[in-house]
Amino acid sequence: MTIQLASGLSALTELKGREIFNGFAAKSPHLASPTAKLDRKLVDTIEEAVRRSGLKNGMTISFHHHFREGDKTINMVVDVLARMGFKDLTLASSSLQSSNSVLIEHIKSGVIRRIFSSGMRGKLAEAISNGLMKEPINIHSHGGRVALIQSGEIAIDVAFLGVSACDAFGNANGVSGRSHCGSLGYAMVDAQYARNVVLLTEEIVPFPNGPASIRQDQVDWIVKVDEVGDPSKISVGAARATTNPRELLIARLSADVMEHSGYFNDGFSMQTGTGGSSTATARFLETRMRAKGITAAWALGGQTGGMVDLHNKGLIGTLLDTQSFDSVAAESLRTSPRHFEISTQVYASPTSKACSIDRLDMVILSALEIDLDFNVNVLTGSDGVMRGASGGHSDTAAGANLSIVVAPLIRSRIPTVVKHCTTVVTPGETVGVLVTDQGIAVNPKRPEVAERLKQAGLPVCPIEELYARAVAQTGEPKPIEFLDRVVALVRYRDGSVIDVVRQVKP
Amino acid sequence: MTSTKLRRSMLFLPGSNPAMLSTAFVYRPDSIMFDLEDAVSLREKDTARLLVFHALQLPVYRDIETVVRINPLSTSFGPLDLEAAVRGGADVIRLPKTDTAEDVEQLEAAVVRIEQQCGREVGSTKLMAAIESASGVVNAVAIAQASKRLIGIALAGFDYVIDMQTSRGDGTELFYARCAVLHAARVAKIDAFDVVFSDLNDEEGFLKEVELIRRLGFNGKSLINPRQIELLHNAYAPTQKEVDYARRVVAAATKAEEDGLGVVSLNGKMVDAPVVAHAQRVLRIAAASGVRK
Amino acid sequence: MKIIKDAMAGTLESSDVLVKVSPSDGPLEVVVKSEVERQFGEQIRRVVADTLARLTINEGVVIVEDKGALDCTIRARLQAAVLRGGAVEGLDWSILQ
Repeated sequence: MTIQLASGLSALTELKGREIFNGFAAKSPHLASPTAKLDRKLVDTIEEAVRRSGLKNGMTISFHHHFREGDKTINMVVDVLARMGFKDLTLASSSLQSSNSVLIEHIKSGVIRRIFSSGMRGKLAEAISNGLMKEPINIHSHGGRVALIQSGEIAIDVAFLGVSACDAFGNANGVSGRSHCGSLGYAMVDAQYARNVVLLTEEIVPFPNGPASIRQDQVDWIVKVDEVGDPSKISVGAARATTNPRELLIARLSADVMEHSGYFNDGFSMQTGTGGSSTATARFLETRMRAKGITAAWALGGQTGGMVDLHNKGLIGTLLDTQSFDSVAAESLRTSPRHFEISTQVYASPTSKACSIDRLDMVILSALEIDLDFNVNVLTGSDGVMRGASGGHSDTAAGANLSIVVAPLIRSRIPTVVKHCTTVVTPGETVGVLVTDQGIAVNPKRPEVAERLKQAGLPVCPIEELYARAVAQTGEPKPIEFLDRVVALVRYRDGSVIDVVRQVKP
Repeated sequence: MTSTKLRRSMLFLPGSNPAMLSTAFVYRPDSIMFDLEDAVSLREKDTARLLVFHALQLPVYRDIETVVRINPLSTSFGPLDLEAAVRGGADVIRLPKTDTAEDVEQLEAAVVRIEQQCGREVGSTKLMAAIESASGVVNAVAIAQASKRLIGIALAGFDYVIDMQTSRGDGTELFYARCAVLHAARVAKIDAFDVVFSDLNDEEGFLKEVELIRRLGFNGKSLINPRQIELLHNAYAPTQKEVDYARRVVAAATKAEEDGLGVVSLNGKMVDAPVVAHAQRVLRIAAASGVRK
Repeated sequence: MKIIKDAMAGTLESSDVLVKVSPSDGPLEVVVKSEVERQFGEQIRRVVADTLARLTINEGVVIVEDKGALDCTIRARLQAAVLRGGAVEGLDWSILQ
């Protein structure tokens, strides 16, 4: 005969109303079932996961954009939510791409009412720039997104995170299974802060899956789907590798600037952003590092085959990877012991207890426009329509000892150097050097850098001269006309509003 | 008189591509060549001619030597190409398929006529001749001396190897032609340019060929991609040691001149005039693109 | 000069412009579409009008589809299209400057 445990406790006043033990599985019923014990998170469909997540109209859903143009998860999940009849949702994806144009329909039908994103491109961006949404969207940087999450402005109710593989408990990464996206740096933040986390996985692998970029203690539900993303499309668009001679010329010049900036010393650190010239800078660094007999201690941010090549040659000690821009980087993350995956919180959040950009020496960044005060626009095209992303631009520019912006002086007929940026994303006070194919300009705040570059024989001139040179070739562009209506708030990394995007005049 | 203008890199641009025509100056080759011949299809000869005519007049090309490769004067395109090039302000006309000295003389006569008609200073249009056949190679000395306007002669390998019933390989097939063209240029005291290297991705092969023609004595090479310019300039750049020695030679020569001495001596040894001239050339190249990396 | 047949010159590649000309009895009709309309529309129309005036084109239809070409390219393409579609006897280079 079994003795009823705790049977005599109910009368004791010292318990002050506390619950009395009622069996090991009373609060963990899955432990009583040999199957539920192991697979209680697994659900058959996205619909079922959504129902269990408790998602309601008006709540906030989130996604990561590691697959960039190859992402399948965002469109798939929002389609399901639309079919289930959800309304007034806030979409908080770490970013959006040209491939997300189907969202236009879901915005029109009221499924999505608000958007937070690092940027947007293609038809979706065009539609929103033309006034598609009632409420302005919020454009944030990668670090700024984490700050908005920490401040509670982005309160993620349900995060839908696509991964190539996880185990039945939810230990997931982007380097196992079939469709490797590499680092899950954006998704790690959602997994940490979302009230409810749904993993969409292509494959369920034996426990324990490792390394666990997203951990089992963060995951609520797991749905197996056919495809979360196409990794071959990660390096399409902004993250492509270039063979364009003009981009390579700019990349070589930017490597020259790095070499002579004063920060090219043994143990230095660096980051190259997206954009042909920026990414290509890595391949011009090897000879310069060898000639000087130095190596870089670490490289930060989005990682590429070019950076991995330097890492494998021993020229970069450690790679800190928030996003793998190609399959070489993803494979290196899987195999190299000094290629670390880091979240955007560790990377760049101003409200993090420490973010890596604060220790960065040099960063190479792109620009759609840069004005005479060195303010940079990476969001709107010269026609006023959104076609880019804030990304880590303002984060790294703020943290690095020297930020180097690279761009052709003229794109077809459009000058890159302008009197006033159409939209300011990164304030000029954080920009050090502009490198173009027709000359280099140094922010007057950095006379010591200008002096070093001139000494090295580089073609340095005032930014006003680059402007004059550009308009001599293109003619003076007429300012874009906008309507009064605001379609996007541009949030600086600390959450403040640095600029707005207005609706373009039809 | 040998020119002091550096002509290591001559960048070919298809005359039919407006994006390239208006941006190529950013690569800073020693000369830029707008091509109206092989790079332009028959149906675009007329449009390319006009694009080049206008591109030549862009202010961005004022401080860079412009060359126009016209179609042979025997074609219906050639004479019109020449009109566009001379009137557009090209610094140099490149004549393709030059077989004899008469080809150059005929070109010069046509250039004089156009210069007079459009009010351009007679003699201001320079010429260069491309040699692309066995007869051109055999006549190279006469061709190189055919006009005072000639600034150089170039070997073009593609047609030449066909004429020779062979094909491009490791360079053996060009051995005689290179030596012949180079000697002809040196006799006439004009520049000599080597063939294009067409495999863009074979950097090693390109540098090997550049090293060969540099050692032979060619002034430079025709290039088909801007990416090759920096590689070429670096290969032609003197070493730090060569620059240091050249500086000492030039300093000694300057001092000798100041002291009114006819003889230059360095470290007790006499330095000949050609050595001084070579040293000056080394310093010019170093000033243009630094020391070899 | 007079446009006597349909002709075109140029491409729709970036930094280029496609020009189509056709004969017509009415007054000159010029249609300009440009990728950089917002910033350079007026300037492009000025260049087009000036180039056609120098060619003494007073009738016909001219359609200009611009992909961000510089003025020199617009002039060259217009002239090429007109010379292709026009009745030309001996070219006067001075009107092409």
